[in-house]
Amino acid sequence: MSAVAEHHVGKALRRKEDPRLITGRARYVDDIALPGMLWAAFVRSPEAHAKIVSVDASAAKARPGVHAVFTIDDMTDLTGPLPMAWVPPGITVNNPEHWPLAKGTVRFVGDPVAVVIGEDRYAVVDAAEDVVVEYDPLPVVTDPEEALKAETHVLHQDIGSNQTHEWSLGGGDLDAGFAEADVVVEHRVVNHRTAGAPIEPRGVLADYRAGSLTMWTATQVPHFVRLFTALLLGMSEEKVRVIAPEVGGGFGAKLQMTGEELLCAWASRKLGWPVKWIATRTEDMATTHQGRDQIAYCKMGLKRDGSITAFHVKIIADFGAYNMLLTPTIPALGAFVMSGVYKMPALQTDIVGVFTNKCPTDAIRGAGRPEATHMIELMMDQAADELGMDPLEIRRKNFIPKEDFPAELPIGVVYDSGDYEKSLDKLLEHVDVAAFRKEQAELRSKGIYRGIGFSTYTEICGLAPTRVVGPEGFGNQAGFWESSMVRVHNTGAVTAYTGASPHGQGHETSFAQIVADRLGVDPAVVEVMHGDTGVGPEGRNTYGSRSLAVGGESLAKCAVKIADKAKAIVAHHLEASPEDIEVSGDKFSVKGSPDKGMTLAEVAGAAYLNQVPDGMEPGLEATTFWEPENFVFPFGAHAAIVDLDPDTGKVKLIRYVAVDDCGNAINPLLIDGQVHGGVVHAIGQALYERVHYDDDGQLVTGTFVDYALPTAAELPPIETDRTVTPSPVNSLGVKGVGEAGTIAASAAVTNAVTDALRPLGVSYINMPLSPMRIWEAINEAKGASPEGGANA
Amino acid sequence: MIPAEFDYTAPDTLEEAIKALGDGGEDAKLLAGGHSLIPLMKLRLAAPSLLVDLRKVPGLHGVQRENGSWRIGALTPHVEIERNSELGVLSAAAGTIADPQVRNRGTIGGSLVHGDPASDLPAILLILEGTVTAMGPNGQREVAASELFQDYLQTSIEPTEVVTEVHVPPVEGWGYGYHKFNRRSEDWAMVAVSAVVKKSGDTVEDVRVGLTNMGSVPLRASAVEEALRGQPLNADTIASAAEQADQGTDPPADLNASTEYKRHLARVLTRRALSDAAGLS
Repeated sequence: MSAVAEHHVGKALRRKEDPRLITGRARYVDDIALPGMLWAAFVRSPEAHAKIVSVDASAAKARPGVHAVFTIDDMTDLTGPLPMAWVPPGITVNNPEHWPLAKGTVRFVGDPVAVVIGEDRYAVVDAAEDVVVEYDPLPVVTDPEEALKAETHVLHQDIGSNQTHEWSLGGGDLDAGFAEADVVVEHRVVNHRTAGAPIEPRGVLADYRAGSLTMWTATQVPHFVRLFTALLLGMSEEKVRVIAPEVGGGFGAKLQMTGEELLCAWASRKLGWPVKWIATRTEDMATTHQGRDQIAYCKMGLKRDGSITAFHVKIIADFGAYNMLLTPTIPALGAFVMSGVYKMPALQTDIVGVFTNKCPTDAIRGAGRPEATHMIELMMDQAADELGMDPLEIRRKNFIPKEDFPAELPIGVVYDSGDYEKSLDKLLEHVDVAAFRKEQAELRSKGIYRGIGFSTYTEICGLAPTRVVGPEGFGNQAGFWESSMVRVHNTGAVTAYTGASPHGQGHETSFAQIVADRLGVDPAVVEVMHGDTGVGPEGRNTYGSRSLAVGGESLAKCAVKIADKAKAIVAHHLEASPEDIEVSGDKFSVKGSPDKGMTLAEVAGAAYLNQVPDGMEPGLEATTFWEPENFVFPFGAHAAIVDLDPDTGKVKLIRYVAVDDCGNAINPLLIDGQVHGGVVHAIGQALYERVHYDDDGQLVTGTFVDYALPTAAELPPIETDRTVTPSPVNSLGVKGVGEAGTIAASAAVTNAVTDALRPLGVSYINMPLSPMRIWEAINEAKGASPEGGANA
Repeated sequence: MIPAEFDYTAPDTLEEAIKALGDGGEDAKLLAGGHSLIPLMKLRLAAPSLLVDLRKVPGLHGVQRENGSWRIGALTPHVEIERNSELGVLSAAAGTIADPQVRNRGTIGGSLVHGDPASDLPAILLILEGTVTAMGPNGQREVAASELFQDYLQTSIEPTEVVTEVHVPPVEGWGYGYHKFNRRSEDWAMVAVSAVVKKSGDTVEDVRVGLTNMGSVPLRASAVEEALRGQPLNADTIASAAEQADQGTDPPADLNASTEYKRHLARVLTRRALSDAAGLS
């Protein structure tokens, strides 16, 4: 195959999606209505842990407009409970039954007990308040370390323990590594619980008619929802069509097969009418799966010169009340990259999963990898401090050198490509550390505490290949290819179907750029279709920063199939050899004679008139299923600069600089957008956001007032730059970038705050870096009681 | 938003509004900007039977000067006060309320009568020693700020009364400072301190310090005021007086701040607000 002439790839084209979004013409699930549509409202537990003694729905059923009230006892025709898709070879994972409505026991605040179906949304919400549920409270545990103690009440009696599983991943000789170390640094690193908090809450509309089911749902994974809905309802999969219409953000929170989706589908079949449910914000905050919530005991051994000899991490991962689709796999994703960008001769990650009386956790942007980077990069700074080294020097000392790529690590993962010195050098073009240190010293003499922090990271994404991720490897019960289909119309316009399912990323733009270059057309005439199991081939959807590296490449290969056929048709018409035809500008032309050629529209015209070479099928359409041989490993170097008010503990982010390497750029504008959002997501975790349950298991951060997402007012401009180290894993040379910012940034911010705090006697602090926590840390370092800490 | 069922009326006159409120009984509520009431209804923490919307009632908007004093219509949105810098500390505080959308819709009357001790304006009215005018079935009365705030979310305005105006004395000759501490700019104050200072030569002729979210109602830091009155105004006297800012307060702990932390913040912010008011910052 000859090299592709690229004209549109690499350009910062504005998003094709934006006009409909910014004019309010996007169509979300909540915008869709069907004749005869009923509404669902859930009766949810106000108790964190209780036996359900009785459910009295008589008053609710008597209300006008109410068609039915169901509990799990009514759902006798489900073929099984909600899915958890991880069956790792050789490891036992305790997987309690998890039904769409609670069966006998509620285990977190928000656990659904019953559902009211009725004629309008107000009627069902009012009626749900009239359903009387009697609870018999059980002991509540919200702390995962507490939950593991023998005397603690067990959430799932049939399992007999609050532990889901234990799993260990490592390589090299840990004991020898620590024996060789001159210093050993240890910290308990906390990645507290956060929410994905997409602006569009979850919602579903299910319509069962004449033996077929159509669902519109706010999801990242329509094909998975189809599979599981069909399985659990006992339907043949092709009778179920799932459509992800415009989806207002996912961040992992919509990588799920939820009970509400299943319930609406079931109720539509049961009642014979369409059934819709849209979560309220509070409902979404309480019941949409959350993320992080890991306590890690980190232990790093190093030689006096700063080289790492061993790294051991024990993660206690709080899974909340149930396993969701991928819950127990999340900490393991971090374990794959627990050595970060560093040479670590011995590495081991031990994972213990724990049930508590909180909302379940699962994938949230980064899913295990932000936690891992946070642990590694905090430990690197702590090690540097311990050894009296510069934090950048110790990083460079341990970087995997670029000559080593592709780099096979002791844990068995092969990093595809990397040049960590280059990204750090690029970062330092933007951040003059020497000048900063001088300024920092001057400011401190005036009582202003400024700090700088770094994060040099890599991550594992582009989730594929099946050999590693699938049933025979890591144990996810799916294949991890991606599909695409390209159809050239008579007009020369192109429809490109992808099995990826975007929810804000901009596939309609970037994927159009990829197709356009391969077919000699403008991206404007390439319409990218997605998120509908009823059109295009089976798909594997969007998560783990896989869309471009797997789906984009699949589509590129599909477009090349079309281009190859087009070349044969052009050659046939121009009496040339297909090898001599190339895409040049807006034509397929004969090499060396750019005037002699045909446009794609002319080729399509010929193809549909069956004016094609003998033996060739008419038409101009192709399908591709493709999966790569390896993951991709984006990397980069980030820096944060903060000002700390020592009187109040408040942190202000002054600068944030992100240098990322995601291989070749398809659309730099989209990359910047992803990095901005990703970085802010992690700044949120470091400084503002926390899902907090009190000791009774009550959620106290159930609104956007209490769950503090950062806004533009809190943030400096995010400065971005890139290095380009193409991936050898795909022909585009691309890596994913949707999660990179989130994976990198919490450590940079935390290290910056710690840098500012050191002269105040605080050398280690865990997130969330709230003003009170910092104030308390300063007081503790002073040895003063909080009351004594007056005006510093 | 899925609130509980309610009735709605938008009367054309103040008299009709007062009548509707009276006829609606205990669960009738006035709707002004709606930026306190509607979130409560959305969460079903409030379930009024009737909303009496004031939007058509004439004469409740605008900021006017009368004999040096300020007369502010109860339905005046925060943004109009924010943009009138002649209002001094009131303008400064209004500019920190939530975000532009809220400032465009939320009203001074609604904010004061809601009586949330974490809101910005109640403590400001207290230190400016302003009043509100209330109209009810029994006629009109003036309520001083010091009498207005009774308890958490409770004011001395009767359920059948409508606040029509807010009165603020002239602020010329007073230096001021407003320091609001929150995590995000759109958040309610964790603690806020407002200060106004009138100097006579180098000494303090009068000083007033307001505390926001340091108790169930907005408070005056009277110990600080007493410590400074008649004293020279400099960094030392301010620092010393500010140490007493939390005296007599018992702020409830919340998600983001313990009682001890709020007390500490009150001291720090009092020092800063007074320094601004004294022109020392």
